[in-house]
Amino acid sequence: MATLAFASAACTGGGDDEVVRVYSGRHYDLETAFTQFSEETGISVEFRTGSDAELRELIEAEGDETEADVYLTVDAGNLAIGAEAGLFAPLESELLTDAIPAELRDPDNQWFGLTLRARTIVYNPDLVAADEVPTTYEELAEPEWEGRLCLRNSSNVYTQSLVASLIANHGEDRALEIVEGWANNAEILSNDVLILESIADGLCDAGITNHYYLARLLADDPDFGVELVWANQENRGVHVNISGGGVTRYADNPDLAQEFLEWLATDGQSAFVDGNHEYPANPSVEPEALIAEAFGTDFLRDDLSASTFGSLNAQAVLLMDSAGYR
Amino acid sequence: MTATEVPPSPPGATRRDSARLDRVERPVGDRVSDRSWPTAAWVTALLVVTPIAFLATSILDPSTDVWRQQWETRLPGQLIETVVLLVGVAVGSLALGTSLAWLTAAHRFPGSRTFGWLLIAPLAMPSYVLGFVTLSVVGFTGPLQGWWRDQFGADAWFPPVRSMGGAIVVFSLVLYPYVYVLARAALRDQAGTAYETARSLGAGPVEAARRVVLPQLRPAIAAGVAVVMMETLTDFATVQYFGVDTISVGVFRIWRGTFDRDAASELATLVLLCALGIIGLERLLRGRARFGQAAGRGSGVAPRPLTGARAWAASLACVSVLGLSFGLPVAQLVAWAAKRASGDDGTPVLDRFLEFLWHSLQLATLTAIVCVVVAVVVTNARRFGRDGHQSSVGLAARLTAVGYAVPGPVVAIGVLLALVALDDALEAVGLGLPGVVATGSFLGLVYAYSVRFLAPALNAVEAGLEQVPDDVTASARSLGRRPHQVIGSIHLPLARTSLATAAVLVAVDALKELPIVLLLRPFGFETLSVWTYNLASESRFEQAALPALAIIAVALVPVALLSRRLENAGGGRG
Repeated sequence: MATLAFASAACTGGGDDEVVRVYSGRHYDLETAFTQFSEETGISVEFRTGSDAELRELIEAEGDETEADVYLTVDAGNLAIGAEAGLFAPLESELLTDAIPAELRDPDNQWFGLTLRARTIVYNPDLVAADEVPTTYEELAEPEWEGRLCLRNSSNVYTQSLVASLIANHGEDRALEIVEGWANNAEILSNDVLILESIADGLCDAGITNHYYLARLLADDPDFGVELVWANQENRGVHVNISGGGVTRYADNPDLAQEFLEWLATDGQSAFVDGNHEYPANPSVEPEALIAEAFGTDFLRDDLSASTFGSLNAQAVLLMDSAGYR
Repeated sequence: MTATEVPPSPPGATRRDSARLDRVERPVGDRVSDRSWPTAAWVTALLVVTPIAFLATSILDPSTDVWRQQWETRLPGQLIETVVLLVGVAVGSLALGTSLAWLTAAHRFPGSRTFGWLLIAPLAMPSYVLGFVTLSVVGFTGPLQGWWRDQFGADAWFPPVRSMGGAIVVFSLVLYPYVYVLARAALRDQAGTAYETARSLGAGPVEAARRVVLPQLRPAIAAGVAVVMMETLTDFATVQYFGVDTISVGVFRIWRGTFDRDAASELATLVLLCALGIIGLERLLRGRARFGQAAGRGSGVAPRPLTGARAWAASLACVSVLGLSFGLPVAQLVAWAAKRASGDDGTPVLDRFLEFLWHSLQLATLTAIVCVVVAVVVTNARRFGRDGHQSSVGLAARLTAVGYAVPGPVVAIGVLLALVALDDALEAVGLGLPGVVATGSFLGLVYAYSVRFLAPALNAVEAGLEQVPDDVTASARSLGRRPHQVIGSIHLPLARTSLATAAVLVAVDALKELPIVLLLRPFGFETLSVWTYNLASESRFEQAALPALAIIAVALVPVALLSRRLENAGGGRG
């Protein structure tokens, strides 16, 4: 019986209507933004964190009993697949469609990107001469980079969406060639921070990471010895993934949930993105000073829609296996 | 030479239990009630298998494309790496666990008593924590290799840390206590008499150990190694740190990356097959022989003093293992935590620390109780079941252990689907469960944990009860004792150490567990491991240091209790 008491005690706010419940694949600095939202609106926010895919399975398994009003993820793939599985309710919100550019949201407005994370090329300026700094993803597959790269493993969703964007831009055959080149050239590591530190220490000369990991290291040590270059500026632009979310189909409080998303896309943008050094998805919001100064704000983004590379994610995983990319 | 000789400790137990046995009751015709034992075993098995079956049904409709593609590309390599890792870790922890148990239980050297219980401490260290600490200190970007390069040049050779070898070392260092604890308990409880008899008959210490003690330890060692291999098999965080590509990694990659639950389930059946292989191996290692102690409870091996250099070598061996697996990593975590605490962005959730702690404790305690009670029931079902049921109950017992071989998230989603189905069924007859039970409830969480962690409890309890001679059980039964009376007055006191061991193994596993609590916890129910994970998954290792230390500190409590049990059980033989 004690267990039942725990269960009901843990389910606080069951009778309280002014609550938004969030399943979030995003962990960093949620509390700052959510607290601010509660203070401004009087609506409280409860959240459960976990991995994107598992939370999506959870919402699916819970069906109409789900407690989730909002599902937030850190990549487009899970949003796209969630939309396909019918987990989201399409939203009619001018506020959201005005705030978030079309390529950063679902064509049927089932989900909306909220923050931008660029996956780009980083290098050690002591080891890479100014005239040989790599400027494209494709270039890193060339033989002259053999033994000089550090890349992230294929289990990681950021790697998967980057490869999905290669498939979308080049077709499967060329994408396979590029990934085979990477596999041949690179030491495969398990996280972006390790990649950046390995480059700084000279284990490898260059690599590919999300921009905010470098920002984080620069925040700790402004002299950290790795530089960033925006990839593919001469053609399609740097690959950008989103973190975003939508209102679940069986939300108990769909109106509050929509209000919550609208706030995150507008007034709450800075509180939501700055703590993790990301770029706001809403173009009218200024990015934080550190990334604006260190990396700039004026760069070309691959405008491939997030729902396109999201739906190519599965193909990307299998392609990396065929290429022998671990 | 009767069953009245129960453990000498706690004092008083002997007298009380023998007094109880003196009141011999007339046999009563309770044969019919024996049927309840196999039934209980089968109900347990059903509860464990149902959630897993919910997912396994996807295999009936195989998505052959992914399956074939994986066989053509990555799967063969994954199978090989999985086997190499499992064998390496089994050998490593077997060597460390048994040799340390023998060293500390059968010898006296500087600090031997202290090391005896201290060596259990690494049980409190989650492998993913030792993994990330090892990589950041000894890995390429760590200070050690940085210093090395400064001394001997940028291209100086250093053993590759991020490798299969590195993974085997880390797993062996944190998992050896599973072998050590069980081997030591067995050495304490039973092996002494046989050892001394062998010695008195002229066998040298090594020969006596090899020919008499080792065979007696086999059930305990086999159980320990099986637990170690299962832990290694279902891990997916630590192996990724070290770049080892196992089948479990494959399951997660396919599930999360291709969004194809069916394909992932197909791969998960391979994990299950490996687990069945491990269980088979355990049977093999355990051997056919059973070693009931004729004198009820045996005494431990009398410690032999070591002198001079050998004594110091023994101390040094213990210090090295403890330092590498526990002391140094904890020191590093403390240094990180201190650095963070003095920085300006300290951990903001510090004020909720007690809440996290309380949640972790609730979960670990309840799971341990459920698992040990169920393990005792299932194990005894095999003894008391009527002869015709023996093999069927044996099968049920094996099935209850299967959850340990299923990766955490698979168990979690399976339990969820089962609860939702139950809820739908109940609603159909107008008895809907409250929402809190169906999804994200504490109850569901404990259920999932029990499905996952019954195996270690079962192994320890079985190994303990196997030391109770069958003729003692038979005598008590023929004197009219009912099964529950036999359990209460004979089995439990005799196997007390093993039961404590079982509870601790489960509690510590539950404290460290991650994927299930991430998925099934009720809203606002954060635990220490969730807190650690959220930070470590973002490579914020310095911030993760404090919660990681908290897990270790909390897990040390049951581990210390176990140590005390083991020492007390050893009586004055020290």
